[in-house]
Amino acid sequence: MLDILDKYDVLGAFWMTIKLTVFSAIGALVIGTILAVMRVAPVAILRRLGAFYVNTVRNTPLTLILVFCSLGLLYILQINLTDPNSSTSIVDNNIRWAIVGLAAYHAAFVCEALRSGVNTVPLGQAEAARSIGLTFSQSLREVILPQAFRGSIAPLGSVLIALTKNTTVASIIGVAEASGLMKEIIENETASFGVFFIFALGFVILTLPVGILFTSLSRRLAVKR
Amino acid sequence: MKSRGLGAVAAAAALALTLAACGSSSSGDSAGSGGGTKLKIGIKFDQPGMGLKKGSEYTGMDVDVAKYIAKQLGASEGDITWVQAPSAQRETLIQTGQVDMVVATYSITDARKEKVSFAGPYFVAGQDLLIRADDTSITGPDSLDGKKLCSVKGSTSAQKVKDKYPGVQLQEFGTYSECLPALATGGVDALTTDDTILAGYAAQPEFKGKFKVVGQPFSQENYGVGIKKGDTAQCTKITDAIKKMISDGSWQKAIDNNLGPAGYKPGQGNPPTPAACS
Repeated sequence: MLDILDKYDVLGAFWMTIKLTVFSAIGALVIGTILAVMRVAPVAILRRLGAFYVNTVRNTPLTLILVFCSLGLLYILQINLTDPNSSTSIVDNNIRWAIVGLAAYHAAFVCEALRSGVNTVPLGQAEAARSIGLTFSQSLREVILPQAFRGSIAPLGSVLIALTKNTTVASIIGVAEASGLMKEIIENETASFGVFFIFALGFVILTLPVGILFTSLSRRLAVKR
Repeated sequence: MKSRGLGAVAAAAALALTLAACGSSSSGDSAGSGGGTKLKIGIKFDQPGMGLKKGSEYTGMDVDVAKYIAKQLGASEGDITWVQAPSAQRETLIQTGQVDMVVATYSITDARKEKVSFAGPYFVAGQDLLIRADDTSITGPDSLDGKKLCSVKGSTSAQKVKDKYPGVQLQEFGTYSECLPALATGGVDALTTDDTILAGYAAQPEFKGKFKVVGQPFSQENYGVGIKKGDTAQCTKITDAIKKMISDGSWQKAIDNNLGPAGYKPGQGNPPTPAACS
């Protein structure tokens, strides 16, 4: 089992998993926040657009989204996210498209987590904010969203853990992350519990602290009512 | 509080293990366990030319070889239960007895010999390149520098390209089928894997005339029949069947029927001499 760690760059593969997770999480948080704002906005068309995005993306398999990003957008429509003539264009394009796909997919879940957070803020607060003369965006920024974020930390943690594990799907468009290396090792060394165990352990090491951190954060930061 | 958390983690892990166990066993057993001359044979279901499932029909070189061997072992075609054997599951299927043999583009390697035994080889394939029919810039492995290749994630072919041709960029997908649109639009310049598989794709009606196989194999893959480790008696019977198939002309006929339409000619080393069983 240990010779596998010597022969293959397991840590490098997990480093790629971490990079995918971090960048996609940032992207998903930004897009998800915008979506959540759209879904609680007073403008009907924005609400419908937000709901349409969430319902479409959330109900599409991630595999499909990533294959669409790579095969559909990169190879058939030829939308490059890097210089197509560079000597690492395939690798760079795939990583970037994987991040775009993962961020777009998880944004739908971030949006719903945030919206549940918005629902923890009593309606009276929004009414009070508007009645002292704050505009919609001011009341959102100063009153509602800060409390919504604090109220939705636990579900956001779940989304982050799911995102970490979902990065494994990126191997199907050729990103050299952990599960891709696992396939390679199984091809060369044949499948064994040792290989399975190493990678399962790797993911537990990545996700368990995140879960503990977010649980304690949600306990400490939740708005006591 | 803490112990409850640990309990939950343990329960989750146990559940994951059970699910993993289910995943590998669910493919077989539609006809129940076979007694007497019944045979369960693992083949690929998705490789045109080698092992392909279309409706309830199975076609391909591997299928014909398996049928011939089954006949020599005393089983008729109706006694065969076909089981899907994806690359990563082949050893497990044999070790757990879910199949009696695997005939699924199964290259004989030393690492695999530690888990299963092989009879054969019954065929020698080589890694080759599939390119667009109008592409004249690629004539073989030496003209690949700076080109973009496509293969399947984790496959032996993909690793070989990475190791041997560092100037090549490699796109890896989950299946070979996904490489074809990328090849058609010019996103990648070639698809690389065993020539038998490439010939199968080039011969598919929807791609006819669009792609061609270069025909300069740069590796040797010995396809063998995988059986339970140490089963020398079975191995000897299968080896005899393969020898007979080659000598009575059925072997050549199987190649002509399955790979001939793609203009495929078996490369060096064919027909092979099956190795002695040990």
